[in-house]
Amino acid sequence: MATLIVAEYDNSELKPATLNAVAAAQAIGGDMSLLVAGSGCGAVAEQAAKVAGISKVLVADSAEYANGLAENVANLVVALADGYSHIVAPATTKGKNIMPRASALLDVQQISEISEVIDADTFVRPIYAGNAMATVKSSDATKVITVRTTAFEAVAAEGGSAAIEAVDGKGDSGLSSYVGAELSSSERPELTSARIVISGGRGMQSGENFPMIEAVADKLGAAVGASRAAVDAGYVPNDYQVGQTGKVVAPDLYIAVGISGAIQHLAGMKDSKVIVAINKDEEAPIFQVADFGLVADLFKAVPELDEELGKQGYGS
Amino acid sequence: MKVLVPVKRVIDYNVKVRVKADQTGVELANVKMSMNPFDEISVEEAIRLREAGKAEEVIAVSIGVQQCQETIRTALAMGADRGIHVLHDGDVEPLAVAKMLKAIAEKEGPSVIIVGKQAIDDDSNQTGQMLAALLGWGQATFISKLEIGDGELQATREVDGGLETVTLKLPAVLTTDLRLNEPRYASLPNIMKAKKKPIDQMSPVDLGVDPAPRLETLKVVEPPKREAGVKVEDVADLVEKLRNVAKVI
Repeated sequence: MATLIVAEYDNSELKPATLNAVAAAQAIGGDMSLLVAGSGCGAVAEQAAKVAGISKVLVADSAEYANGLAENVANLVVALADGYSHIVAPATTKGKNIMPRASALLDVQQISEISEVIDADTFVRPIYAGNAMATVKSSDATKVITVRTTAFEAVAAEGGSAAIEAVDGKGDSGLSSYVGAELSSSERPELTSARIVISGGRGMQSGENFPMIEAVADKLGAAVGASRAAVDAGYVPNDYQVGQTGKVVAPDLYIAVGISGAIQHLAGMKDSKVIVAINKDEEAPIFQVADFGLVADLFKAVPELDEELGKQGYGS
Repeated sequence: MKVLVPVKRVIDYNVKVRVKADQTGVELANVKMSMNPFDEISVEEAIRLREAGKAEEVIAVSIGVQQCQETIRTALAMGADRGIHVLHDGDVEPLAVAKMLKAIAEKEGPSVIIVGKQAIDDDSNQTGQMLAALLGWGQATFISKLEIGDGELQATREVDGGLETVTLKLPAVLTTDLRLNEPRYASLPNIMKAKKKPIDQMSPVDLGVDPAPRLETLKVVEPPKREAGVKVEDVADLVEKLRNVAKVI
């Protein structure tokens, strides 16, 4: 048994999501190779070789992989698939874009967003926004899998010493081309790997009120998220969205501010260790999953929280 | 130019899903069913392309039980021109769906296929990407903006870090994200008109596709329940509890 893991990286740094995917591969068992596809990605390959448990890093350093276009990367994965029983990627937007394409080319029914490995053929995955958990067994010769990163504790980024092997690029498909990106830049931790997340919902009333939440986030070293309602209303950009169709997070502490707790939002955060809800509506469903609920006007409570944390020395 | 739009019949997004006592799946009997919300966005975008003079015909396709015709009628009432129903009684997985859609696409020759990014029942997020692969077409997934030009299109995608823009050669497959548009409601006259629009019916066999699942569902259970906690008095109480009881700050 051998697993090929499609690594995710950004700004020449291996992303934490890769380490969660490696953890899932480790639970499957067998030999593990990590694929780094990019252009000028030598530094990432060096990092990848240090990841605990990896025996081989395959590096496809070629212009056609510069922007991670699914058409090109999927062709590469398919070309390398021979000899692997499992092909695994984190269920990030990149993984979700590439893996089903590779899976179809291999004539394999992909298993999306697994949250548990039962054995080499059998996996648990959430369905219906996490309101049900399905255990599925695959009859395909190769298993193509994406991994819900919050369900697997990351392996160590250091300590391994894998061999690095260069593989040839497979050329450009000519089907698509990359134009550009508008990426949010923030000094705060990344939403999906932050230890603390504070999110605002429709109750925030406007994007202009989000700095209130950001102030608290900065005191706690937290990432800032939002409900779908807040994103749809244009308060904050799409990459803030936590939920069934946005990002799934499971931090040690999740603070929901002015969020009612729609099913699709709960799907994205209910595995958080501790949940705090601040909402003036005592009947809001968010209180049914909150460990600590504060029934209060957020426009009063959030500045108070900021002040209280400041008084106690947070953020200084 | 033709636009093909697959539409899936799923449990309505407002329904609280219940797992069956025998753990074989979720309760579907007497449950309100609707069009998958992402597919509504796809239908809306296709109709807008026709209204803007970029497309001549919008074809809605659904695969599944007889009642999928209701889902197709919804698309027709929104403004799609005609429907195709692939009648199949058992479960059908994204790979088999993609194979059937490929066969239909080869017959109909659409320039664009607009697919919802995921269905809210199995949450797979695969069909569009698989269909693009099987057709050998380019793909733009999770799109929030679309401009169709001459022989190519430009799409803005919602990605983890923000937004990304790509251009694709036509024909191409697109998958829709939430912010692409706000789907219209069908008006009563349009609902009446939709009843007269044609729906072709066929079977997976007609399309040369074996719909047998590759995944066996061993069981479906409820997730562990999360108990409601306590209400705190005020902000000071909250901070005290986070610090000394939960020890998370």
